[in-house]
Amino acid sequence: MSFLAALSADADIVVAQNVFFAFIAIAMIYAALRVVTTSNVVHAALWLVLVLAGVAAQFILLGSEFVAVTQVLVYIGAVVVLFLFGVMLTRASLGDDESVAKEKRGMAAFVGLLLFAVMATALIDTFEDNRLVVEQPQSVSTVSDAIFSKHIVAFEAVSVLLLAALIGAIVVARKD
Amino acid sequence: MLLNQFLLLSAVLFCIGVYGVLARKNGVLVLMSIELILNAVNINLVAFGALTADVGGEVFALFTIAVAAAEVGIGLAIVLLIYRNRRSIDLSEADLLKG
Repeated sequence: MSFLAALSADADIVVAQNVFFAFIAIAMIYAALRVVTTSNVVHAALWLVLVLAGVAAQFILLGSEFVAVTQVLVYIGAVVVLFLFGVMLTRASLGDDESVAKEKRGMAAFVGLLLFAVMATALIDTFEDNRLVVEQPQSVSTVSDAIFSKHIVAFEAVSVLLLAALIGAIVVARKD
Repeated sequence: MLLNQFLLLSAVLFCIGVYGVLARKNGVLVLMSIELILNAVNINLVAFGALTADVGGEVFALFTIAVAAAEVGIGLAIVLLIYRNRRSIDLSEADLLKG
């Protein structure tokens, strides 16, 4: 298989990057599997933290410091806390969740595996041994320049969207 | 590093997320699986940004993170509303529109 051959023949690029990639990737995949199989909702949220931290680590490997820091701040800092609040407010049985026993897993696993087979074939066919050379990290000033010049309209749209989501969440969840 | 390393990792995360969305019955757990999918997309965006040495990939990953934060806020509010009305967040029981 040309993909594996290209991976093992990489004598010229830094081996440490590949080692760390494999280490983090295995931890992420295990944690992601636990997120979708564990019967305890709080444990699922804590496994999700591990996946999100792994994603941040992959961003650093790809040289995107700013996205990695944002990932930690927004996801691990805010989204996971929001999930824990959701678990608390719905009192979704802090122990084992009874709805997990009723899951129909066979069909879902079939769809997931089929989707992965299709995507993996397409990816390996298309990007056989495209090298990724991360020479130096993308500086924060470059990112901010791009956001506040070329993508300024999208940025403003996202701020309006966040405001709308804030008001919408209050309106939907308010008791009266 | 190869580009495909990152793309395949993201494909694995995406498929695990799809499995979670399809199999899970608990509303909060479905939202967690959606987060897995969105993170897989972010890895793709940043990997392609690094491949083309273009800052656009990172910018769009940042936008995705912002939209995902909005999505999870609204999603949990809806789950909360379902819980308040039906005393359960089992999504297979939320079938009022079923004929």
